[in-house]
Amino acid sequence: MAEKNDDKQTDVNQSLSNSDETTNSSSNEGISRRTFIKNTGLVAGGVVGGGVLGGVLGNQWFAGTDTETAGEAETDGESNNFQEARMFFSRDEDFNILNAAVERIFPEDENGPGAIALGVPYFIDKQLAGSWGLNAKEYMRGPFQEGEPEQGYQSRMRRNELFIVGLRRINEVSEEQWQEKFVDIEIEQQDEVLMAFDNGDVEMKGASSALFFSLLRNVTLEGVYSDPLYGGNRNMEGWRMKEYPGAQPAYINVIEDEEFIETEPLSLRDHH
Amino acid sequence: MPEQLDKVEVLVVGSGWAGGIVSAEMAKEGYDVVCLERGEEKSVEDYMHVKDELRFTSRHEMMQDLSSETVTSRHKRNITALPVRMQDDMNVGNDVGGGSVHWSGVTFRFLPYDFEIHTQTVDRYGEEKIPEGMTIQDWGISYEELEPYYDRFEKTAGISGEPNPLGPDRSDDYPNPPMVETPNIRLFRDAAENLGNHTYMLPAANSTTNYENPDGQNVAQCQYCAFCSAYGCDYGAKGDPIVTVLATAEETGNFELRAKSNVRRVNYDGEKATGVIYEDATTGIEYEQPADVVVLGAFTFTNTRLLLLSEIGTPYNPDTVEGVIGKNFTGHFLSKYGAVAFFNDRKFNLHMGAGALGAGFDDYAGDYIDHTDLDFLHGGEVEIRQYGDGPIDNNAVPEGTPNWGQEFKEKSLYYTNRNLRVHFQVGTLPWSFNYLDLDPTYKDQYGDPLLRVTNEYTDQDRNLMSYGVEVCREVAEEMGADIVDAEEISEEFDNTFTGGHYAGGVIMGDDPETSAVNNYLQMWDAENLFVVGASAFPHFGNYNPTGTVGALAYRAAEGIEEYLNNGGGQLVSSKNSTQKA
Repeated sequence: MAEKNDDKQTDVNQSLSNSDETTNSSSNEGISRRTFIKNTGLVAGGVVGGGVLGGVLGNQWFAGTDTETAGEAETDGESNNFQEARMFFSRDEDFNILNAAVERIFPEDENGPGAIALGVPYFIDKQLAGSWGLNAKEYMRGPFQEGEPEQGYQSRMRRNELFIVGLRRINEVSEEQWQEKFVDIEIEQQDEVLMAFDNGDVEMKGASSALFFSLLRNVTLEGVYSDPLYGGNRNMEGWRMKEYPGAQPAYINVIEDEEFIETEPLSLRDHH
Repeated sequence: MPEQLDKVEVLVVGSGWAGGIVSAEMAKEGYDVVCLERGEEKSVEDYMHVKDELRFTSRHEMMQDLSSETVTSRHKRNITALPVRMQDDMNVGNDVGGGSVHWSGVTFRFLPYDFEIHTQTVDRYGEEKIPEGMTIQDWGISYEELEPYYDRFEKTAGISGEPNPLGPDRSDDYPNPPMVETPNIRLFRDAAENLGNHTYMLPAANSTTNYENPDGQNVAQCQYCAFCSAYGCDYGAKGDPIVTVLATAEETGNFELRAKSNVRRVNYDGEKATGVIYEDATTGIEYEQPADVVVLGAFTFTNTRLLLLSEIGTPYNPDTVEGVIGKNFTGHFLSKYGAVAFFNDRKFNLHMGAGALGAGFDDYAGDYIDHTDLDFLHGGEVEIRQYGDGPIDNNAVPEGTPNWGQEFKEKSLYYTNRNLRVHFQVGTLPWSFNYLDLDPTYKDQYGDPLLRVTNEYTDQDRNLMSYGVEVCREVAEEMGADIVDAEEISEEFDNTFTGGHYAGGVIMGDDPETSAVNNYLQMWDAENLFVVGASAFPHFGNYNPTGTVGALAYRAAEGIEEYLNNGGGQLVSSKNSTQKA
């Protein structure tokens, strides 16, 4: 089982757009997760029920592979991805809704990987577990009162609470409208549900659905394009799609050039 | 009871350009200076190997932690102000150097018109041109008087620039040559010139040489690395207080900077400031620091709030239009607008850049256009910038594109290096109903009231901004773009404070009835208290504030020296001399 899994990873690594040749890092983290999701068709809508991800299939897939891949990291330069575990989300169902939603916000297409393949759900999980999710640097003193829309965020909920409320509401809306869970409906139906949130048409406890959706949309893009140190932008593929060269030290010698200059990206890991 | 400390000669609150310049000048003159900074101690080393968009641009690493203090805000005078809770909605610089470290570095001078705006408006258009409720007033100083201080600040910070064809007279050139003209900046300049405008490279605190300033401090050469605005410079190549004035102050041996020192009150005996009360945020111990001269050199909000909390000066009352503390609050609220030019066949290196890299023109600035038949006063500066776009923050798509999903992904990727934005920075004029006071409900970490902002947009603001967007649209079209989207301006103020350009509250002038400080930024109501910063601006010119903050800080330092050398007293006799002893 473990051996077969490793083979699959290698195949996928090679089929991923030029990541092996071009990256100067040894990182190919998280491919197994991507393979898993792709192969199960989980996100594309409907083959596997949401609850199954971390349950039966997840256990089957991942059981016993961690040590194997960790050992492999020693020999062929691959680093094992121990970070692809959850520190905030406890229920599989919540996390599965998140997976499906971010993939609709930033889908895989001919330009390159989507949010799931880029590690965005795990990025968001870490963000919600940390100071951003806890609104550590924000004014959270009362009294809380509803203001006019121009007066911005006035909820007593921290972001991580808001995400749980919002994600579960996504499922409720899906069930009300389509009699199925969000991860089980067609992608066009998923888009409709998310659109309703984006437009502020969904009643939500404690905050407007539009506010929740804009947080979800923004944190998805942050996961796509932030330095890979945070767990998203896997293998800098988000940056490559955007022809963004990352944390370069200087452009003084090229900034006046007439031509667009393509540069292989640098991550902060390359700075240390 | 706070712990009593030994008296110092000059006590400065805040370590940005305002506090830093005063600290350096007074320490150089041999005075003992203590500077209290509520944020953490920082050095250039703190900004190395942290080219991290998420941490700095998205998560606001260098901005005030709002969990202990924010402002409350309302966009209509008759509703309840609510706290600005999220850092996304309020970015105010923090830590040593304050907002002067993460700033973009654009360093303008205001126009001669700005300093005499009331007089010149009445002379040119008549008194009736000023709408009811608009409280424009002269600054109590002319451009000519302030010019030498502008020159000093530009030399201290190492400003790079080229002559502005429409700029006011200068006694000397910029100390450094202008920044590079990239293909996109050239495209903007050519288009603007074709339309008859007079362009120039923006004056920049991103140094174009390895520069030694008059105090002997070095500002390194900018590398155009793109991690600039919202970041500290890892090269020490941005003129900021850490690499210039704070280093100068340190070298004198007369200077002590106490970080994590949160000033809560200025002590006042009815005539003079006797010192301040502050908390060491590390230990929680409260101290009383007596001083001969107290200088408030903090941000606009903090300067105003400290005076209100300390009950110094008469608080402004919008109903009677009397009192001064909190009066004439302004900001570049509507300055975000302009036009975006999308190109289908041209790509630019937009991920390269620097905070102040760009070009602009002043043909519509101040009172250069005839306002006789226009439904607004003042004007704007048109510019293009090349900050160095980060991928999280820059996802421009043509109007009508969804902002998520397949089509968004496709177009945001395609246009990433194919969009140029031209924007209009407006002058913002004060109104009797736009002001700062203490909030009746919301408190900070100590239980002290938050500062409350009341700020309504008026037809003046909307009409001026609409005019500016139209100018930007014309330039963007002349640039040969395939798609030009003129941005739609919002009707109401959105209660966000993200641009750093906020002014007023402790304004300067020549009359104690209508101003809080004289033209040395010395308080009319406390001769040994100087309040330095954009809090002194009676209105906001259509340029970035820092050049004028720096010039006024040098002016204030000269005043403080005069005050200490000549045995005290008011440095300027007030216009309304019956008001003062």
